[in-house]
Amino acid sequence: MQLLRTFLMRLATTAVTLAGVAIIVFFVIRVVPGNPIAMMLPPGATEADVARLTALYGLDKSIPSQFLIWVQGVLGGDFGTSITTRQPVLDLVLGRLPATLELSIMALVIAVILGGAAALIGTRGRGTRREGAIDVANGMALSVPDFLWGLILILLFGVLWPVFHISGRVTPSLELPFTTGFYLFESLARLRFDLWLDIVSHMLLPALALCIPLAAIIGQLLKQSLKETMHLDYVTLSRTKGYGENHVILREALPNAVLPTLTLVGVQFTFLIGGTVIIERLFSYEGLGNLAIDAVINRDLPLIQGIVLLFAAIFTGVNLLVDLTYAALNPRLRHG
Amino acid sequence: MVDLTDGRGRVRRRAGVRLWLSGLWLGLLVVVALLAPWIAPKDPLAQDLFLGRLPPFWVAGSEPGYWLGTDSLGRDVLSRIMHGARIALLVALIAGTVTGLLGATLGLLAGFLRGWVDVVISRMIDIWMAFPPVLFSILLIAVLGPGLTSIIIAIVVIDWTRFARVIRAEAMAQGAMDYVASSRVAGRGRLGTMVEEILPNVLPTIVVLLTLEMGIAVIVEAILSFVNLSISTDDPTWGGMIAEGRSAIHQSWWVLVFPLATLFLTVLSFSQLGEGLKDRFDPVLR
Repeated sequence: MQLLRTFLMRLATTAVTLAGVAIIVFFVIRVVPGNPIAMMLPPGATEADVARLTALYGLDKSIPSQFLIWVQGVLGGDFGTSITTRQPVLDLVLGRLPATLELSIMALVIAVILGGAAALIGTRGRGTRREGAIDVANGMALSVPDFLWGLILILLFGVLWPVFHISGRVTPSLELPFTTGFYLFESLARLRFDLWLDIVSHMLLPALALCIPLAAIIGQLLKQSLKETMHLDYVTLSRTKGYGENHVILREALPNAVLPTLTLVGVQFTFLIGGTVIIERLFSYEGLGNLAIDAVINRDLPLIQGIVLLFAAIFTGVNLLVDLTYAALNPRLRHG
Repeated sequence: MVDLTDGRGRVRRRAGVRLWLSGLWLGLLVVVALLAPWIAPKDPLAQDLFLGRLPPFWVAGSEPGYWLGTDSLGRDVLSRIMHGARIALLVALIAGTVTGLLGATLGLLAGFLRGWVDVVISRMIDIWMAFPPVLFSILLIAVLGPGLTSIIIAIVVIDWTRFARVIRAEAMAQGAMDYVASSRVAGRGRLGTMVEEILPNVLPTIVVLLTLEMGIAVIVEAILSFVNLSISTDDPTWGGMIAEGRSAIHQSWWVLVFPLATLFLTVLSFSQLGEGLKDRFDPVLR
């Protein structure tokens, strides 16, 4: 009952947030100077041509009535037509979404592995130089944002020791007519391991750049929770039972230490997704973020609206999911 | 075996070194930025196509006077970095301060006054957090038009939530304490209590956040220059240099490496300074 009420409350605030985002974006981008219609017509176009096309995109109406038309469309699944490519916004956005999702999830997985390993190694070597080294590395990783890590990785593994690809998503000569946008999964499903390796070697550096700050946060927080848990009586008890250090850390302390990290990872994951915008640009990776920057540069109003709304939906969706997971896992909230 | 966590002296010493090193680098940067027109070896805008893509001084084929080489248009990399420091620090200082003022004020109001003020500000924070920040900043620059003022406005508009969120929580915690109640009992008004009792107690946090924000502002400026939306493309900015270096990375690595290293050290210094100050202010560690 309590859980249901929490769920409905959160659903309502999520809806309010999304509506707020939609309103802000819609009005902000309509202040943009420069007529996008005039930009898409050839230089010889007449005034009448511009007016006709402006009317076609509904840009001749007042801004509030444009907003109403747009909202009606969105609620019916129609996000309008891109001005530059003349394709439906929804198709364009959904076409790019898989690339960004694959990249974000890959980064998340690497972050959990790296951060988890750092926390475990640091806990295993409590009070030694090893823990000190991990703390320093964590601090460095946290201080510098993904954009700079991306550039450093490009220098290291794209130029100095060129082992990975630094631009694109797949080598063009290898590109198959993929039926889904999920290249990584599809190449595996088709048992094309050469293709899979090629895609991974394109994705690895951007994914690493995205995951380094998150990995550091996971490492820091999990290590701290582990450390606190290691002092609890039940852990001491299991030690007196004769279990080894590895068993104590992994089996006894970890399950109890992991919850705070889990909630934080959820929130931080949205920051990671936000980071894809510039990282995709940096690595010329054909995802949503790259599309978004092009849309802004080309003043493609319907496309900008669609992308920002999708990003906001992903952000709030992830946060909603985290809150609900937390509520479901936390017995105090569960029984109200 | 060196215990880094329990030995209090050890933690303090490390924090001290951190503070000094980052302070030293930032101080150097400020001096360079202030004196750039006089100490930069070349004109940062002067192009010379005959001197394009010169390597740095220790590599064969370099020209004397161009210490860190030149870019594809023959502009001196070192001089451009020095002049770029002016823009980076200006943005850090102004954008950081204004963001801090706005965000901290809203956070204080929300956390201390509660009620409908808190509802409105918190809901705004929620909406802001649902925007991807990089995309938001690019969008704002597209609206405002390129230029230094636009960058500063964009940073303020996007990042005030960083301050507001933290200061709201702190003000809420402080507001529940006895000294606040006794200040009210002693006859001080709500706003008076907020400014005279709560503000001094959250000030250390504001200073820490401000330092961190300056590092973020430098990065945002670099990112916007990188996507070519910062100031005019001629003006030397670190981000603009990095963008050029990225595109010519196989021909002239130095065009990317030197501005990147400068940016890296600067961002690292701001963040280490912030963390160091946080430890300093932390009563538990002190």
